[in-house]
Amino acid sequence: MNSVVCISHVPDTESRIKVSGNKIDETGLKFIVSPYDEFALEEAIRLKEKSGGDVTVLTFGPDRAQQGLREALARGATKALHVKGEVSDADSLGIAKVLAAAIKSIPHDVVFLGKQGVGTDNGLVGPMVAELLGYPQVNVITHLEIGDGKLVAHREIEGAEEVLETSTPAIVTAQKGLNEPRYASLKGIMAAKKIAIDVKSIADLGLDESDVLQQRVVVVAMEMPAEKSGGRKVDGSDPNAAAQAILKYIKEEAKAL
Amino acid sequence: MSGVLVFTEVKDGKLKKASREALSIGRQLAEAAGGDLVAFASDAAAAEEAGRYGAKKVYVAAIPAYTTEAYTAALTQVVNDVQPSVVLFAGTSNGRDLAPRVAARANVGVASDVDRLEWLNGKLRARRPVYAGRAFATVEVTSTPAIATTRPNAFPAEEAGGGAAEVVNVSADATDRVKVVETKVPEAGELSVAEADIIVSGGRGLKEAANFSYIRDLAHAIGGAVGASRATVDAGWIDHQHQVGQTGRVVSPNLYIAAGVSGAIQHLAGMSSSKHIVAINKDPEAPIFRVADLGVVGDLFQILPVLTEEVKKAKAH
Repeated sequence: MNSVVCISHVPDTESRIKVSGNKIDETGLKFIVSPYDEFALEEAIRLKEKSGGDVTVLTFGPDRAQQGLREALARGATKALHVKGEVSDADSLGIAKVLAAAIKSIPHDVVFLGKQGVGTDNGLVGPMVAELLGYPQVNVITHLEIGDGKLVAHREIEGAEEVLETSTPAIVTAQKGLNEPRYASLKGIMAAKKIAIDVKSIADLGLDESDVLQQRVVVVAMEMPAEKSGGRKVDGSDPNAAAQAILKYIKEEAKAL
Repeated sequence: MSGVLVFTEVKDGKLKKASREALSIGRQLAEAAGGDLVAFASDAAAAEEAGRYGAKKVYVAAIPAYTTEAYTAALTQVVNDVQPSVVLFAGTSNGRDLAPRVAARANVGVASDVDRLEWLNGKLRARRPVYAGRAFATVEVTSTPAIATTRPNAFPAEEAGGGAAEVVNVSADATDRVKVVETKVPEAGELSVAEADIIVSGGRGLKEAANFSYIRDLAHAIGGAVGASRATVDAGWIDHQHQVGQTGRVVSPNLYIAAGVSGAIQHLAGMSSSKHIVAINKDPEAPIFRVADLGVVGDLFQILPVLTEEVKKAKAH
């Protein structure tokens, strides 16, 4: 069973975000593997441990994105492909086109992605890759079983869960709860250093760079939210008085009762 | 190329609230861009209600349960027939699943999870929160049709007083490689934080898993959803479906009550766009008070039971 895991390299979730022009100011930001991609990677590594095969990690991004691939190799991925490019110049469909073309060059039974990249928070790339490859998709998955060309997945929906069944090859996007991602071991980190990362350009994949980087959704402005000043703060040492104050607020201002 | 097409969902014979919201902003866009507001639905039961929200026609594909590929095929067919300027999806689980697939088939982009929309100089312009609300991007959609998914609770649902929409049947191929084998509803009547108007959230101040009962009791009494901080989810006190914040749901309900939530940066980012925020915390310096409209410095274990009883009394009247 071979799998491909698409990962993105994003600012740490605890980062203080600053805006520069129409983009996020990357100065001083620490980059991490996007948290949902970690669940995707862990699931692929577990699959390999159970049924063998390769786990190829794939990323589209600038040079710094190789750190994310190294991290994934250290955790147990067996191969890595870096498609070089300024990912922030592409929109989700452009990214999906790059990933789909790269995936075609890698033997696979299943393709994993996080349900969304943390930060840009679009949640578009997984289904777009599925469409471009003509594969079935199971999206926002919290439980997975794969075997004999069959795939059973639990999909999170509003207040419930669907049990989906499909055939491989397929696209799986991971939701928090799918598994507990492992940390890299020292042995893993050492072993990962011996694995060469395959590097390709957009043109190497047979794609037209002007089509990939043609933005269909263009960011025209980026701004910080207005700072909230905070409202009234009251002493709640008397629980009855506190409950009455909250009740009054709920009734009269929120009009929720 | 004109008008606005809205993908709607029907539950128990009625349009989902998020669908009514998408129809309402869709109507405003249609007025600005020219052309009619039309809807896509899986059930003709939507026709009358969609009409009240201004839809002239409802394209109905008789595919009972949502599956991605069958709906992509049916909706693509309608998009090709109608040739709308804009296609909107309410940002429900199904809307978020379907919009990118339909867009990739049409080779167009998607403005995802938007909380503002306008038609400006012949283009769709949208505002969307990024970094879980720590910044806002204004985007222009340059491909046609312009596709967007709308954030639940961000747009008011307003009826326009129209008559029933005309039903147009779409002959759809319902085959799909993905089958829904089962739908599991964990707790009957439990609301999802993604769509709820009221959320009552608990944090580490609850001290242990069992104490989420304080949160649940108030949520049930007031008719809201149960939310949770990342710390409580990571500790295994509650399922991640309830998590509000950057690696959970980003929410904008009318009322958000946070009890024992200190207000880590990634939690604040996920809830600070709520319209009314009440925080209860022992620590007067807790960052949650920076975003709260009403902050109560006190003991949640004493205050919440009294509040729950008072809410029950108010509801009984």
